[in-house]
Amino acid sequence: MEKITIEGTPKTPTINFDMEKGALEIKGRSIPENSIEFYKPLVEWLEKYGSKPKSSTSVNIQLEYFNTSSSKCILDVFKKLEAIHKNGSEIIINWYYEQDDEDMLEAGEDYQAIINVPFKMIEVQE
Amino acid sequence: MMVDIYDFYDKMERNNIMLSFKGDITSELLTSILQIMESKLDNMQEEPKIKKKVYNVLVECLQNLYHHMDDMPQNVGPDDKARSAIFMIGKVDNQYNIITGNYIKSRNVSGLKNRLDEINKLTKEELKDYYKMVLNNGEMSDKGGGGLGMIDIARKTGEKLNYNFMPVDDSYSFFSLNIKISQ
Repeated sequence: MEKITIEGTPKTPTINFDMEKGALEIKGRSIPENSIEFYKPLVEWLEKYGSKPKSSTSVNIQLEYFNTSSSKCILDVFKKLEAIHKNGSEIIINWYYEQDDEDMLEAGEDYQAIINVPFKMIEVQE
Repeated sequence: MMVDIYDFYDKMERNNIMLSFKGDITSELLTSILQIMESKLDNMQEEPKIKKKVYNVLVECLQNLYHHMDDMPQNVGPDDKARSAIFMIGKVDNQYNIITGNYIKSRNVSGLKNRLDEINKLTKEELKDYYKMVLNNGEMSDKGGGGLGMIDIARKTGEKLNYNFMPVDDSYSFFSLNIKISQ
């Protein structure tokens, strides 16, 4: 199992995926014009990871901004995680939002309503 | 023909235009524009909550223009203008205005108009449900647009989508959208 990192840019987030530890982190901003292209490798790694996942996987999502194009790709990522969860591995998604950022909290709640995986909403100071 | 630059200046000044652009919409342009707007919002010491809302809505408005450009013909003489768009960002009192304008094929007007009218009929709660439905079931285009942009703009601003279509010639109309963001 490997460790994968994608460095962030002004339009795309930093992604750290430590398959050994079962830890996935998406952090920064996600506003590319073409998000399918950007998220494709992550979706593929999750597919690979899903064939032999750790007994527990923690997912930290800490986004400052994301566009609607990314929102579908993030849902695809969560769907992969949902499949792993359904097969009996423990998954927890920590959704971070800045204090007063109601839009980001609501976005997390939208996913929570669609995806059958435990979500934890975590408020952080600005 | 002389362009009366003072007339432009005066109009922009009176409408408190912070930034405007007319031309082809490229990915590099959007990167620069977003960077400029972000530092302007920082310099104005805008509340983080408002800053984020304006930035988010701006991203959706500009990327709508960007994705729309792909649908337009390229380098075909008189149709060249079809790939050009305009946008302006201004602030009057405590309200931000994002105004965009672009050509659209006239045969696509009624489809877009119906979509915008449908969105404008929805309440806050209905918009939330509609967003989730499209997010979960909607097909995504190759370009990465998912039909969520307008719903998201309506949801984040809490305002109706204020639009206009103006016929230009036999095949094209000019579509304008005026988005308001208030505190």
